[in-house]
Amino acid sequence: MNTVNYIKIEFPSKSSNESLARSVAACFAAQLDPTLDELGDIKTAVSEAVTNSIVHAYPDVIGKISLRGRIFDDNTLEIVVQDWGRGIEDVAKAMEPMFTTGGFERSGMGFTIMESFMDKLKVKSSLGKGTTVTMRRRLSYRAGSIK
Amino acid sequence: MKIATEFGQGKLVIKLHGEIDHHAARGLIENICSDIDKCLPNVCILDMKDVGFMDSSGIAVLVKAYKRMKELGGELKVLNLSNQSRRVLEMSGLEKIICMEGKKK
Ligand SMILES: Nc1ncnc2c1ncn2[C@@H]1O[C@H](COP(=O)(O)OP(=O)(O)OP(=O)(O)O)[C@@H](O)[C@H]1O
Ligand SMILES: [Mg+2]
Repeated sequence: MNTVNYIKIEFPSKSSNESLARSVAACFAAQLDPTLDELGDIKTAVSEAVTNSIVHAYPDVIGKISLRGRIFDDNTLEIVVQDWGRGIEDVAKAMEPMFTTGGFERSGMGFTIMESFMDKLKVKSSLGKGTTVTMRRRLSYRAGSIK
Repeated sequence: MKIATEFGQGKLVIKLHGEIDHHAARGLIENICSDIDKCLPNVCILDMKDVGFMDSSGIAVLVKAYKRMKELGGELKVLNLSNQSRRVLEMSGLEKIICMEGKKK
């Protein structure tokens, strides 16, 4: 698999950057000529990952978040969201549906949504060092599109 | 996130406009709950026609509104969900408890 294109942006963990991050990801993904539903899935997954970094990784401070995107030559989009925050003690447990440490404002569905809206989800985390979420989605080839 | 409210004959209609994410959610919950507490409706209808995007933060918003209406002995209805919002809600199983009408597809 060869990388056809890539992007990298960095921003502080302010909640106003949630919409920025998913819009950037959607604009980048647009190069793959996605359907509206595919675009909706990608925006949702990115929003979940970035919101987690804002809410859970840096609960009381503003920290750095990086968003990277890659397009591979088999029409696959890869999105990587990384933070250098608190980290997750037990990743497998955190990824269970409904598991949350966030109280009534959170529903514990973020990872479950990322997992089902994307084809692949990998979460790497170490306590006190940060979390890296890697997601991939292969987009459909549509009739009439030039690739 | 903007909201517009109409109330009459026990029916509170709240039209939501914008994107429901974590950034918008807290203010939205407060606005919806204060409208409910002010009007004490029998039915609260959330019209999502102009909601272009919703993530898991929106689940918590709907749960909160649902619980408040239940405490009042009333009902919450959600109208005109987009495909994207409905997919998110379906993940939570919420579509089984909250009445959703006017499905787009
Ligand atoms: N980047 C992160 N840094 C530290 N902890 C995290 C991070 N991402 C997730 N977590 C932990 O994993 C848990 C589960 O995350 P998930 O996104 O599935 O649910 P949530 O964020 O709690 O709720 P929701 O996403 O539905 O609003 C979180 O409650 C938090 O404890
Ligand atoms: Mg989350």
